[in-house]
Amino acid sequence: MSVNTALFDFPGPKARIRHRIYAAVGVIAIAALLGFVIWRFADSGQFDARRWEWIQYEYVQVALVDALVNTLRAFAAGAVLALAFGAILAAGRLSDHAILRVPAAAIVEFFRAVPLVILIFVFHYGFSLGSPFYSVVLGLMLYNGAVFAEIFRAGVLSLPRGQSEAAYAIGMRKTQVMNLILLPQALRAMLPVIVSQMVVLLKDTALGFLITYKELLDYARYLGGIAEFGRPLIPLTIVVAALYIAMCLLLTWLANYLGRRERRSEKHVEHDDRLEKQVEAV
Amino acid sequence: MDVLLDNTDIFVRGFRNTLLLFVFSAAASLVLGTVLAMLRVSPVPVFRAAGTAYVTIVRNTPLTLVFFFFVFAFPLLKIISQDDYTPFIGAVIALSLYTAAFVCEVIRSGINTVSPGQMEAARAVGLTFGQTLGSVVLPQAARSVVPPMISTMIALLKNTTVAAGFSVVEAGAIRDYLSERGESVLVGLLWVAFIFVILVIPLTLLQRALEKRWSVAR
Repeated sequence: MSVNTALFDFPGPKARIRHRIYAAVGVIAIAALLGFVIWRFADSGQFDARRWEWIQYEYVQVALVDALVNTLRAFAAGAVLALAFGAILAAGRLSDHAILRVPAAAIVEFFRAVPLVILIFVFHYGFSLGSPFYSVVLGLMLYNGAVFAEIFRAGVLSLPRGQSEAAYAIGMRKTQVMNLILLPQALRAMLPVIVSQMVVLLKDTALGFLITYKELLDYARYLGGIAEFGRPLIPLTIVVAALYIAMCLLLTWLANYLGRRERRSEKHVEHDDRLEKQVEAV
Repeated sequence: MDVLLDNTDIFVRGFRNTLLLFVFSAAASLVLGTVLAMLRVSPVPVFRAAGTAYVTIVRNTPLTLVFFFFVFAFPLLKIISQDDYTPFIGAVIALSLYTAAFVCEVIRSGINTVSPGQMEAARAVGLTFGQTLGSVVLPQAARSVVPPMISTMIALLKNTTVAAGFSVVEAGAIRDYLSERGESVLVGLLWVAFIFVILVIPLTLLQRALEKRWSVAR
């Protein structure tokens, strides 16, 4: 049923007929739109067998898998480094000493404000790091690290105050409170948010295309220009889009699954809504 | 400093186009996003499904891929004549369609934060659907919509730089011109980064101020 039925009265017989008419019109409109798109695709010859032949060649398949592996490599390296960088920054931001807190906050603000493209350009063209892989991974690490730092911080701050107060009351030190009491609980609550940010990170690996990192889009661009296959740019875009959507949906599903499991768990702690706000803000 | 002062023409041209891209795409995505949000809360299941499908597909597609499609692939479909179709238009279309999915989610979750009791009470005193939405739901939803909407717009502003890879002359493309003139690319890029910080930080501060203010009022 609708998420907010309260917006509408429960439909009576007249409303139901009206809704059915709307639905019919809607189906026709959507079908017409889709039909137009598909007709344009077909009419400009995008569905011709010749333009899809490339998929049968083994070397193309191998190259496509290689490109996919490159995308995943940048994703994996970027994700691990971003988590580490984020943990360090979050520790800095949660520190009691202003000398650590202020620079950490400045770094987080800076990397969140600069577009990832510019960061990657700085490393690739500014510092000439050579292999585009390093520039992509460094850019992903710095930008997403700053975002992860905010997520970690929000996760720790969203725990009820009583948790840390009780820990201090039984004589724990600051590090003990953080490591034994706050982090284990915060991590549980943060996990779904972290995985959703991973989706963003995975999507951002496509920016490697701009600096000719040999990832999926780069290969699509190359193969899409080959006359022998009839320049199959659109079929390739469709295939690459399907790959990305499948990978991202998998991660999103994982995030939702973790979220559901966390809420059901006995260890679930009611945290305030700052964490959700944080997610929206990201 | 020299790199900035000697090449002011490029910087001004680049950032002017960035802001133009931003303004056009922001307007288009706000309109399209609102329409999508309306679809997603509609009582007709087909509309809801269509809205959800759009948001799911677009949110899980990299922006670079959307650009790739609308700059390289879209002209091949020959829907509009190729002479009128510049990369700039392609960039506006790509940014608008991409951002609209996020705008839609912000508006929808804003409407969802208004407690059902409010809507039920409005219905109970006999307000019509339009009145319920206009006088009760939207004024309350605005409080929880505006701060995340500013975040979405900040993301859009930063995302305009992706267009640099698709032959649109904007802030991200300043680098090309600097290296042609033999200027230091690193310094130039750091200036670009710095200008973005100047553009984004006030928006971030505004967003936080509104968030704080309105979370107290609730």
